Amino acid sequence: MSVLGQGPQIAGRKLRERIGVQLQEAALPEDVKVWEALDLYASFYKAAVDTRPLLKTWGLEEKADTRFKDLSGGQKQRIFIALALVNGPELVFLDEITTGLDPQARRTTWDLIRGIRDGGTTVVLVTHFMDEAEKLCDRVAIIDGGKVVALDSPEALIGEVGAESNVRFGGLNGFDPTPLRNILGVSRVEREAADVVVYGNGPLLARTVVELDRHGITPSKVTVGHSTLEDVFIEKTGRKIRD
Amino acid sequence: MKVLYKMTQVEAKLFIREPAAMFFTIAFPVMILLLFAGIFGNEPVPGMPGVRSVDLQAPGYTTMVIGTVALIGLPITLASYRQQGILRRMRATPLHPVTILVAQVIVNLTMTILGILLLLATARFIYSMSLPEAPFSVAAAFVFASLSFFALGFVLAGLFSRVRTAQVMGQVIYFPMLFLSGALLPREMFPDFIKRISDFIPLTYVVELVQDLWIEGTWNLTALAVLLGLLVVSVAISARTFRWE
Repeated sequence: MSVLGQGPQIAGRKLRERIGVQLQEAALPEDVKVWEALDLYASFYKAAVDTRPLLKTWGLEEKADTRFKDLSGGQKQRIFIALALVNGPELVFLDEITTGLDPQARRTTWDLIRGIRDGGTTVVLVTHFMDEAEKLCDRVAIIDGGKVVALDSPEALIGEVGAESNVRFGGLNGFDPTPLRNILGVSRVEREAADVVVYGNGPLLARTVVELDRHGITPSKVTVGHSTLEDVFIEKTGRKIRD
Repeated sequence: MKVLYKMTQVEAKLFIREPAAMFFTIAFPVMILLLFAGIFGNEPVPGMPGVRSVDLQAPGYTTMVIGTVALIGLPITLASYRQQGILRRMRATPLHPVTILVAQVIVNLTMTILGILLLLATARFIYSMSLPEAPFSVAAAFVFASLSFFALGFVLAGLFSRVRTAQVMGQVIYFPMLFLSGALLPREMFPDFIKRISDFIPLTYVVELVQDLWIEGTWNLTALAVLLGLLVVSVAISARTFRWE
């Protein structure tokens, strides 16, 4: 294994000069102020960036004098990202960075991550959110039980699983959906709670609706979906999500 | 050096921002002095001409500052740094981990000395406590005894990984020590069997070391040897047991 061309076991400290890490289970002392933490962490590195613009980028400027324990969850998250960037790293690891954030904060964080990437830093983003990986990543590795089971761009991974689309609907009123399997182009039909999902290729929506109409059924809440990274994940890891 | 300076600066601020640490290091020993001297007065000590009780007690109370910082404050700080992942986060930087420990020792030693000075100044101004026979030796004894006890604090922080356990164990060791060592109550008052228990308590030797230097100006070699032994053994144990995560 090698990181930035060096063995992490051997290069240790030298390598840590060049990488930034945001850990999921990490903390700062409760009473440390935001600026003090950044200032302290900057002193750990031979080449540290100016901490003031960093505070500004991560929206912590007004919180510079606030103690760590008085920050909100999102602010705590952002100070850890700022700390991971304090040495202007070539490679930065962000672990479960948007977990627990509201959709607004999540989207803001996405923009900031894109900003880090556009600044020339390689970002290794660890996430359970497939939509996040699909939107942000140039390359995605799916790890199952500690092993990389897939590694490619999101588009290529989705293409590999198959370009199937699906039609989801409710309002069956006791209708048995088994005959839908015989529709041309349909590969499988699944029940999910009160809904039925029909998977397949071709003009799936039109054919499904026509078939249902033939049985006198008017489907409700009809949605059409396409394969996503989530389907790839489930396909590659054996259809169950594990922690 | 820049790193150690920054780290020490931040740790000093954190110490000052922790009300419990400040209270027990700075205020509580002075309160004990005022309370006990208020109850027992400042009477001549029988059998020791020219010595009044505060001359013995105040140097004895200084060991309380050492014990509190080393056995209550230090293990809690280190255990919580570990439990919360503060050490883990720092391990992901090029920082040499020993810097963290050195900064802790510097800050805790400084606060201990400050607490002791405040206590002694109070005893001097209010009760006209006699000045020590060997002031530099007394100062050296404070530093040496503190380091020796800090090492014991590191052992606690190494053996007990959870904050709650480290805290409880610190108290379990510290409070009996405080009462049985002669730090709070003069050993002369103890019956024989308690004196014998007292001989096995490290804090007893801090009290003896400090009191002998204060009153007589002589080093108590037994006490010195015991504390040196405590230092060596504790450093050896904590070097083996201390964990970063």
